[in-house]
Amino acid sequence: MRDSKPILLLEDDTVDAMTVKRALKDLKITNPLVRTANGEEALAYLNDENNARPCVILLDLNMPKMNGIEFLRVAKADEKLKRIPAIVLTTSKDDQDRVQTFQLNVAGFIVKPVDYMKFVDAMKIVNLYWTLSELPNSDQETSNAKLETDNACRG
Amino acid sequence: MKKIKPILIVEDDVVDATTVKQSLEDLRVKNPVVHMTDGEEALDYLESNKDQTPAMILLDLNMPKIGGVELLQIIKADIVLQRIPVVVLTVSKYEQDKIDTFDLGVAGYVIKAVDYDEFLRAMDIIIQYWGYNGLVEKERSREDARL
Repeated sequence: MRDSKPILLLEDDTVDAMTVKRALKDLKITNPLVRTANGEEALAYLNDENNARPCVILLDLNMPKMNGIEFLRVAKADEKLKRIPAIVLTTSKDDQDRVQTFQLNVAGFIVKPVDYMKFVDAMKIVNLYWTLSELPNSDQETSNAKLETDNACRG
Repeated sequence: MKKIKPILIVEDDVVDATTVKQSLEDLRVKNPVVHMTDGEEALDYLESNKDQTPAMILLDLNMPKIGGVELLQIIKADIVLQRIPVVVLTVSKYEQDKIDTFDLGVAGYVIKAVDYDEFLRAMDIIIQYWGYNGLVEKERSREDARL
């Protein structure tokens, strides 16, 4: 990834979470992986100011308590969180899920290959893409607040 | 057969647009390519093709009439158009441009390399990533076909 901030994973299935962790290790991706088991836990992590903001969010869709789409609705409406790229990693091939999540501004919707080596290949490209792509500084103030500060400074 | 959706390039600079098109050709991308030279033209195209929206948009930022950020604002406020992934392709390194576009929900922000080989490598990553997203298709090369 472009910076050394953590990758936040939302995945309720322990085996799937282990697979992501193993793939990142095999690809020598050194960003810490923070795993949360559902949207509720992820929001608790993100809203705790003591935690580092993740560079990207990888999320499953089907999770108990708060699922992926419910999580996106909250995160993408939050001025402090909305600019963190969120990439769906799912087994769902449902076109409705794809449409709905892209409407909620996800930055990718990847159907997880079942074969581990193919999954590693997919994660390799995810890593290359999010190393190539610039990332906004998510710790900075929101656009409007920043604009006002800029204008005030100029004034 | 399922019709492959086009890739929309929004770029006012003719040379830059030609370079992007050349790279897609070199990478054997099967999606048709549509090029609009500013935000206003792009918006007209998008509005009149809502039944066949592009697979993705490669968006320049500094353009006359309607600029990239302004176009993005309009796209993301439209219930049909907002689902199209938009990747910014720009020379702008300004933090504010990154913040504004990510706030508006872009799906990537790539600074264009001047060197063509470097640019082609970047485009290859972009195409592979969106290929995994099921939105971009490539011709199978002879090497692939043999496997």
